[in-house]
Amino acid sequence: MNSKIKAPAIKFGNNIDTDVILPGKYLILVDPCELAKHALESLDTEFVKKAQKGVILVGGKNFGCGSSREQAPLALKYSGVKCVVAESFARIFFRNAINIGLPVIECKGISAAVETGDELAVDFEAGKVENVSNGKKFQVEKLPPFILEIVADCGLIKNLRRKMKK
Amino acid sequence: MNITEKILAKAAGKKAVHPGEIVDANVDVVMIHDLTGPLAVEAFKRIGVQKVWNNKKIVLILDHQVPAESVKAAELHKIMRQFAKDQNLQIYDVGKGGICHQVMPEKGHVTPGAVIVGADSHTCTYGAFGAFATGIGSTEAAAVMATGKIWFKVPPTIKVNVKGNFQKYVTPKDLILYVIGKMGVDGAIYKAAEFTGPTIKKMSIAGRMTLCNMAVEMGAKNGIIEPDETTRKFLETRVKALPDFDALKSDKDAAYESTVEFDVSKMEPQVACPSSVDNVKPISEVGNVTIEQAFIGSCTNGRLEDLRLAAEVMKGKRVKDGVRALVIPASQEVWKQADQEGLLQIFIDAGAIVCGSACGPCLGGHIGLLAAGESCVSTSNRNFIGRMGSTQASVYLASPATVAASAITGKLTDPTKLEKKP
Ligand code: SF4
Repeated sequence: MNSKIKAPAIKFGNNIDTDVILPGKYLILVDPCELAKHALESLDTEFVKKAQKGVILVGGKNFGCGSSREQAPLALKYSGVKCVVAESFARIFFRNAINIGLPVIECKGISAAVETGDELAVDFEAGKVENVSNGKKFQVEKLPPFILEIVADCGLIKNLRRKMKK
Repeated sequence: MNITEKILAKAAGKKAVHPGEIVDANVDVVMIHDLTGPLAVEAFKRIGVQKVWNNKKIVLILDHQVPAESVKAAELHKIMRQFAKDQNLQIYDVGKGGICHQVMPEKGHVTPGAVIVGADSHTCTYGAFGAFATGIGSTEAAAVMATGKIWFKVPPTIKVNVKGNFQKYVTPKDLILYVIGKMGVDGAIYKAAEFTGPTIKKMSIAGRMTLCNMAVEMGAKNGIIEPDETTRKFLETRVKALPDFDALKSDKDAAYESTVEFDVSKMEPQVACPSSVDNVKPISEVGNVTIEQAFIGSCTNGRLEDLRLAAEVMKGKRVKDGVRALVIPASQEVWKQADQEGLLQIFIDAGAIVCGSACGPCLGGHIGLLAAGESCVSTSNRNFIGRMGSTQASVYLASPATVAASAITGKLTDPTKLEKKP
């Protein structure tokens, strides 16, 4: 996967939980494209339409708190979300996102620096986040190399397959 | 080192570890259930290994959509059964277990000092037994099933020191709601929460499980309590061997990121109001809230002790007309004991419905869903928007005593007040 991503932002607030990202009643759906149809619908019924062409989600503190359901990041990924940048993440969501190949970046101060519709550019390997629309730039703590490797492999399964073959 | 650090150091084959350090830990047990399991099974197959790393260390539990309420759920259950059969794994099928976090310790899958991961966020419940236990996702559970290993960042630990005796009808649930109210839903994010102090030492296993269960609601990686005689009594008939508990005590000079102190002696029943678990108020400040549903159950509060308390409050009274009261014992074992003690009779006589051991309305996917505009008071652990059905429904979290009292009056009620006015 290319470590650089550029896309318009959609911004949400603090404590966006996995029940609003994907309600429990949809967990029996298996097809990720079916899951994606319901991503964030309880906060914004139009979300899926807006995300279609590719977006970067911007979140506040504790993004993805709540359940361990991997269907939550899956629904986001298949709805068109290319990356999530947030002040902080709930830990299970953070791991899940990386493991299914949805890049996530923790970036303090991002909420105040971005409005929905701004063009964002993210570079994981370099640890850089830039709001192209207003010129604000952030240098974030880089992910450890073994996690970057999982991101580059588009998720844990491919990463593991590669390692176990060695 | 503190207990969390000691367990992680041992699991990583190191003499010592420090907060922030990333370790590769050996896992003792991994658990998957019917909603996260099928994804894990599918991911496992994609890894391309034929056999799981150790078939004695993997536990499958059907509890979320149980018994299957739809063809889709039935298909998921089928995937789980087939995987268990193919790999020769322990599976607790419909009628054989109950809610995963109750079944795991009950059936002897939890030992102090173990590293346990589960594809469910409330896996942290097993910290009540002095295990390092935390939730993971399905893909990662698949990786653990293949390798027996997982990476962790060693968490900094917050010491939660609790003293004082609870007043009547004030419970460990009220304590943990109070703590989360003070700390906030991200107050312990990425961190360990170690519960300690005289109140915890005196607390039953059921109460300790309630505390550790909800540690994740303040963002914690794990909740943990040093194992002691209470732990030994609960586990000795259930597990083959117990480790030396002394090796699992936090050192006197162990480092903590911070210490927070709580005193329960003057605490009144607490309620987490919609739609955040840290929106906590003492019941006297909640005001007049009418409810349409009362739910007693879940991995937070569906244990025998909880049912006893609820039955004590409801005995000889009737659930208010217009209110549905649902009671769900957390496991078949709890069900049986509650039946033997006559508790289920009390609920039925009061006009409550007793359902089979499973997650039930807790996650809004199976039974007991809420319509728009309705309110539910629940002993479960989350009150997020849409958690129990309609996104326009409201969920209030409280103790079994408070939920029982509220079922009788039809509005949020302090259980201590109910007694005075029969
Ligand atoms: S009872 Fe609720 S919180 Fe506990 S495992 Fe089931 S759905 Fe999750």
